[in-house]
Amino acid sequence: MTTLAPTVPSPRDALPKAAQPTYLNVETTLRSWLLTTDHKRIGILYLVSIVVFFALGGVFALAIRLEHLTPNPTLMDAMTYNRMFTLHGVVMVWLFLIPSIPAVFGNFVLPIMLGAKDVAFPRLNLASWYIFMAGSIIVLVSTISSGIDTGWTFYPPYSSYSNTAVPTALFGVFIIGFSTIITGVNFIVTTHTMRKSGLRWLQMPLLVWALYGTSIIQVLATPVLGMVLLLVMLDNGLGWGFFNPATGGDPVLFQHLFWFYSHPAVYIMILPSMGVVSEVVTTFSRKNPFSYKAIAYSSLGIAFVGFLTWGHHMFVSGMSKFDAGAFGILSMLVAIFSAIKVFNWTWTLKGGAVSLKTPLLYVFAFLFLFVFGGMTGVAVAATSLDVHWHDTYFVVAHFHFIMVGGALTGFLAALHYWFPKMTGKMYSERLGLLSAALVFAGFFATFFPQFLLGNAGMPRRYFNYPPQFQVLHLVSTSGSWILAAGLIIAAIVLLYALKWGHPVGPNPWGSRSFEWRTDSPPPKHNFHREPNFDVGTYDYTQPLLGKYDDPRPLPPLPQDVA
Amino acid sequence: MTTATHHEPAAIGHEAPHLEHFEDLEKQAHASRLGMWIFLATEVLLFGGAFALFASYQVVFPEAFRYSIHHNAKLLGSLNTGVLLVSSIFVAAAVHALRGGRSKLAAWLVTATMALGFAFLGIKSIEYSRHFAEGIFPGGVGSFFQEHRGPGFPEFWTLYYGMTGLHAIHVTIGIGVLAFLLAGIVRGKLTHVNSHRLDIGAIYWHLVDVIWIFLWPLFYLA
Repeated sequence: MTTLAPTVPSPRDALPKAAQPTYLNVETTLRSWLLTTDHKRIGILYLVSIVVFFALGGVFALAIRLEHLTPNPTLMDAMTYNRMFTLHGVVMVWLFLIPSIPAVFGNFVLPIMLGAKDVAFPRLNLASWYIFMAGSIIVLVSTISSGIDTGWTFYPPYSSYSNTAVPTALFGVFIIGFSTIITGVNFIVTTHTMRKSGLRWLQMPLLVWALYGTSIIQVLATPVLGMVLLLVMLDNGLGWGFFNPATGGDPVLFQHLFWFYSHPAVYIMILPSMGVVSEVVTTFSRKNPFSYKAIAYSSLGIAFVGFLTWGHHMFVSGMSKFDAGAFGILSMLVAIFSAIKVFNWTWTLKGGAVSLKTPLLYVFAFLFLFVFGGMTGVAVAATSLDVHWHDTYFVVAHFHFIMVGGALTGFLAALHYWFPKMTGKMYSERLGLLSAALVFAGFFATFFPQFLLGNAGMPRRYFNYPPQFQVLHLVSTSGSWILAAGLIIAAIVLLYALKWGHPVGPNPWGSRSFEWRTDSPPPKHNFHREPNFDVGTYDYTQPLLGKYDDPRPLPPLPQDVA
Repeated sequence: MTTATHHEPAAIGHEAPHLEHFEDLEKQAHASRLGMWIFLATEVLLFGGAFALFASYQVVFPEAFRYSIHHNAKLLGSLNTGVLLVSSIFVAAAVHALRGGRSKLAAWLVTATMALGFAFLGIKSIEYSRHFAEGIFPGGVGSFFQEHRGPGFPEFWTLYYGMTGLHAIHVTIGIGVLAFLLAGIVRGKLTHVNSHRLDIGAIYWHLVDVIWIFLWPLFYLA
């Protein structure tokens, strides 16, 4: 039992609300936003920019799906189609998914969760946003100039001589890499050095563990991608031909180095989502997580094993049976760590006082879709099956289940979960639930048929297809519009709430996590006075103090639960 | 603010300025050092990717690599190794001097480090211009590759220019960082109180040195 510290009324608490400046209204000029070093404002800057990029990537996706309404050319020519799917991949991976949860919600809540005033290097943090924007703009310039037609993987030898804007796009991605590294360094150092004194590692919220694992990957994998993209850039721009078989170069070497980054990058996308799930599940079941340590350490386990699995992308690129087997088995290890998490989250819900709010509905979608994606991931890690499914829609469906079903639903759960904290306003719960349901249904309708398509032999990235695949493509395209509708409703609901949402108190969900123990929105340096972390971040057995306490009654004692 | 100085007996009478979001200067120094070490991990991985490429191509084209290493400017490369090693001694001595409060000596030692950095770049450019004269350009361009047609030669020399070039960029950045710190010492803003900032620059300079210690045997010896 932790003892409750007495509430010391602070003179600031006595002030009327309007007199207490929040991080949003402490300064309101454009200049104050563009030169801010406040981690919360930088999180908001990232949020606005990546949501715009996400919308752009989504438009490309809808265009791809529309093109597949008929087996023959529908809307565009083959070259435009190639550009569309490449841009969809590049924008979604590097301009949205990689920065999504760490740069937005990590920036916003990580320092608050540690009881710190800011991240360790606030100026670098701001620089990371500018670097990200510079890289993104360069990528988008390549879109406007002539597009890119290599696919987001930039495989040589084709990428070495493609006439499209490959060097520009690669340069943009290279630049974005620096912003990723800066964010990673900042989070690692912040977690090590900025924790409120007395806050031990095993008392940190689970999101912090997930972000810590993510940061390790960001710091160690991104530079390898930088090196290899630089070489392809020079290959294409200056004709170095380093990966060109005509001069003895080996394109498979590119694949090794590319996937050394790009497979761990999947965990850069999914690990933070897992952290969000841990936070949301505990808050909305009003219970401590079932085995905190297992969830925390499995985040590090995924980060570590994730570095040893890249070869499973290359089973058909000429790899010895031994290597393929080793990479296959190591890849399956990731499923063990993931399953540990999934079982623990599910068991956390059991016996909890579950309230089905929008973030939790997204988390349910996450659990269902992520398990689906994870199981098919184990299947494609088996070499014999992968030979059949390689480069088909089966793989496309698999990774969309992880990246959209996992990472995107995690992002949306986080957005709805922390929206009241970020803005001090509440959105319409009913419409939030509706949009979450539509996102789930639309996603499933879009991508489940793609498993069937791939298994039947539909290759990925093909412009036209045999007529017998049309029904499944039609279902998939219809699903994409349901998904789009869900996302548009979510956007309208949140934008409406931004202006007209009713104001909320510091802790509308009744969470015990540390970020809810300050005002919504928080003041500039996060806490008006020294934060009180005496009650643990998942301790729902006793009340919090004063105005940060829960509006709802405490859950029944364990013996009352059947 | 005077309470912030209790860890540094020598600092009595000085204000130890730390950034607003840190509790004290000691925590700030710890964070900065840790940040630099983690950044160095990314640098190691950046060059690690290139080392992996070198290793792979060397296995595939042992003859071309052996011939090219033999052909390389062994004397100039080894001289540069010496230059960087001595520069590292200077920068380490500068850190030591600044911690002891001898700012003037520290300033001279940092200047010497930078001078050796420039010397390194000078020797490197002599080396490059020799190779250009021999008809060796990156990407397998030049008369050298007319005489040596086998595969493996373009890979070796592309890696040579790529990796030593990237290293030279790092030396240049290192010189810039040291110049910035030198300005701080000269203007009295960087003293024994906040000497951790020079530590960070020195750690970076040592990394640049260490990477060269690995590039040297790869491209000039063996």
